[in-house]
Amino acid sequence: MARIGVFVCHCGENISSTVDCERVAQQAGRLPGVAFSADYKYMCSDPGQSMIKEAIAEHRLTGVVVSACSPRMHEPTFRKACAEAGLNHYLCEMANIREQCSWVHPKDEATTQKAFDLVRTQVEKVRNDNPLEPIRVPVNKTAVVVGGGVAGIQVALDVAAGGHKVILVERDPSIGGHMSQLSETFPTLDCSQCILTPRMVEAAQHPNITLMTYSELESMDGFIGNFNLRIRRKARSVDEKLCTGCGLCTTKCPNKKIPSEFEQGLAFRTAIYTPFPQAVPNKPVIDRDNCTWFKTGKCGVCGKLCPTGAINYQQQDEIVEVKAGAIVLATGFEVKKTDFFPEYGYGRYRDVITGLQFERLASASGPTRGEIRRPSDGRVPEKVVFVACAGSRDPAKGIPYCSKICCMYTAKHAMLYKHKVHEGTPYVFYMDIRAAGKNYDEFTRRAIEEDGAKYIRGRVSNIYEKNGKLVVRGADTLLGGKPVEIEADMVVLATAAVSCDGSEELAQKLHVSYDSYKFFAEAHPKLKPVETNTAGIYLAGACQAPKDIPESVAAASGAAAKVIGLFANDTLTREPVVARVNRTAPPIFSTCMGCGLCISICPYQAIDTEEITDRSGKVVKTIARINPGLCQGCGTCVSFCRSKSIDLEGYSNKQVYQEVVAMLNSD
Amino acid sequence: MNKLGFYPGCSLEGTSREYAESVLATAELFGVELAQVPDWNCCGATAAHNLNRALSLALPARILAKALDAGMKEIVVPCAACYNRLSVTQHELFLDEKLRRETEEAVGLPLSDKVEILNVVQFVERYIEGQLPEKVTQPFGSDVACYYGCLLVRPHDVLQFDRQEDPQAMDRVMRLLGANPIDWPFKTECCGASLSIGRTELVAKLSGRIVREAEERGAGAIIVGCPMCHSNLDMRRPQINKYLGARSKIPTLYLTQAIALACGLDKKQSGTRRNFVKVDWNALRNS
Repeated sequence: MARIGVFVCHCGENISSTVDCERVAQQAGRLPGVAFSADYKYMCSDPGQSMIKEAIAEHRLTGVVVSACSPRMHEPTFRKACAEAGLNHYLCEMANIREQCSWVHPKDEATTQKAFDLVRTQVEKVRNDNPLEPIRVPVNKTAVVVGGGVAGIQVALDVAAGGHKVILVERDPSIGGHMSQLSETFPTLDCSQCILTPRMVEAAQHPNITLMTYSELESMDGFIGNFNLRIRRKARSVDEKLCTGCGLCTTKCPNKKIPSEFEQGLAFRTAIYTPFPQAVPNKPVIDRDNCTWFKTGKCGVCGKLCPTGAINYQQQDEIVEVKAGAIVLATGFEVKKTDFFPEYGYGRYRDVITGLQFERLASASGPTRGEIRRPSDGRVPEKVVFVACAGSRDPAKGIPYCSKICCMYTAKHAMLYKHKVHEGTPYVFYMDIRAAGKNYDEFTRRAIEEDGAKYIRGRVSNIYEKNGKLVVRGADTLLGGKPVEIEADMVVLATAAVSCDGSEELAQKLHVSYDSYKFFAEAHPKLKPVETNTAGIYLAGACQAPKDIPESVAAASGAAAKVIGLFANDTLTREPVVARVNRTAPPIFSTCMGCGLCISICPYQAIDTEEITDRSGKVVKTIARINPGLCQGCGTCVSFCRSKSIDLEGYSNKQVYQEVVAMLNSD
Repeated sequence: MNKLGFYPGCSLEGTSREYAESVLATAELFGVELAQVPDWNCCGATAAHNLNRALSLALPARILAKALDAGMKEIVVPCAACYNRLSVTQHELFLDEKLRRETEEAVGLPLSDKVEILNVVQFVERYIEGQLPEKVTQPFGSDVACYYGCLLVRPHDVLQFDRQEDPQAMDRVMRLLGANPIDWPFKTECCGASLSIGRTELVAKLSGRIVREAEERGAGAIIVGCPMCHSNLDMRRPQINKYLGARSKIPTLYLTQAIALACGLDKKQSGTRRNFVKVDWNALRNS
């Protein structure tokens, strides 16, 4: 038999000015199952809490209803008080008679009646409450970071600095990402490699960080604190332990005309190659698709040359199984290639290049050693046209969003070009100049005012080649839409930043949601910017949306803080408000028929199946099983279950129906 | 013999009679019978869709309804402007049920999206291209500049032409005729269109640029599929020459004229005798 205590709070005059609290308490005392009721001016005060604790002891209460403010305000207070008196704190409920009653209604008989009705429904709920215990889930304190660009490196370093193990997975042969390709960085014009490579080395040498380059995530299961990942370590064909990184193998490779990915096709590499001199790890890989040995079974020159015998043509892909408590996605972005633009020549003109290609031209380590020379004939261009918004903010191209980084890097390009070619003229076609950021606007102004970049507000309608020049046709919309035609020597397109190839597949493997442009989606656009909808998986950098370096690094440190926060405890404590599939005595075992509908609709992939076996091990029934570590208590499965076999702990169907009945039966 | 519907529109009966002649002569040579859509009317051209949307849809709709009524499954529409208006009308009416019913009521005839509208390139691709290797008797030997203009290829959503900025369909046909279509950037430049009448000097400039570009890149002829483009590039040549300050000699041929010439038809059958800029076939063909 239930022995429930009802405690009605006046909240000073907040409640008592419109609700007759004393009468609510008296009426509540007459409800079936209520053993004690009282009202008090400030229930949350120390004497108020003591009153509850004493009543629990004196009247041997089995449940408590505090009729006061919103549970958002004081539920933890009163539950703690109950727990101190020895009552399971999930047996304490609140009836909100302040925000939902006294504050919104005038002083009236009906207001008091409503307050009483609210109390009565909670009494019904408490009558059917079960004592619950918080769910504890062990936490594996290893983080897996997918993507080794600046964001991934930052996450790895921050988490490692927090004393936790990190596995940094990168699909290319080296970490470094796009930042390692950049020349100088806005708005300070410091050398990108100079600031990045020390961090790359630091990541490689940190005792807490394990690098897995030339590796890709194969599959994932498990849940927050307990992920199981399978990582494919692609065959490098070079034994990383034996290789000293001397580079002798790359000198005699007969395949020398393979367009270099790192140089964005502006230079060539060999089939056995290290992507760039500062690569980490500085160990080559064999590109099997272009290697004579792998294509014809002959050659093997690199194998004969290697002084340590590190070349291993027989090496196979290896699948490594890893356990981790958290995953951070930092897979970055790509830029559209010039062949995406019919109006700019479908990629046919060699001197129409992307911004990323210009970075390589301007880079001291690039194919021209930092001299600005056009790709077709190596001449120094006298006029360069920069086109901002190439593809971005253009719904007709399917890319309505702003790529965000282009305004700044285009200003930087114009500046760098002018610094290197003093007599040259940079033109910039733009839609708007978006330079919101610390020292950003000053930077674009400098490009215009000090370095003489000629900014033309308008878009470029087409580009064609004539007599070795590129004719750029556009409009100057500040001069009333006057047509502009510039005979340029080179054109740099600030092509749209798009999600990486393979992001959709990766998101599906990890059950992470993504937007229509295949950028990963954050859990909340403002308040949870580095979390995903899947607990324990976080985001950093441009895999979420186009971001510049400062923003990527900030997001990376944010994600690292989340990981370290998660790893601060040995176990995760979660509210036990999770769904549960009922179990009954044999031979029924459960009313669940194993239809699997709940599996398909669960937004958190928290449901799978479980087989019930008899003593001989024979499977007698297959039913749904809800993983309490993954379940977020949303209740979707409860409403979908056709046989009513699923209940939400603390909010069972029975409880909710009883509450509704109590409300409807009010007299 | 293939029997197809044929919608000449006003141009093919007036300023571009040579286009009609070459289309009909080519069709006959390749075993296609073209029967005019009975009691056809004006497509509305530029005027209608600038002034009255309902009329701009009803006029082409009536043509399509008449073709349907006559049991025509495909109609050949050589004029690019007519083709554009008919295609856009069909597209819009079959996206919007209510609009279609209103238009059907205005026209007084039922509509169907089963009538296929073929422009000159599609007509050639479907009924002529396959027989070209055996029918070409005097192949081209020169470079040509295929000029598509705007109405044949835009809007891309409706017309679905191969490459909107650098179309290829006519280039492919010309290659089968032995010509070498040049890669040039003015394939879809504006010729000035109907400003020909109101602002002739502007058309002289716009079309003049196209003519100059084709000549400078070594083309022996400009190949077109639109009567508007043709009259601007051909009939307006005196004004163009004035703008260019030089006498340009490059002729402008309809795609069907080019086919007719390469298949041995004479200048009367191909209609080339009517061109303003003299078509010197001996200079163009492979000798």
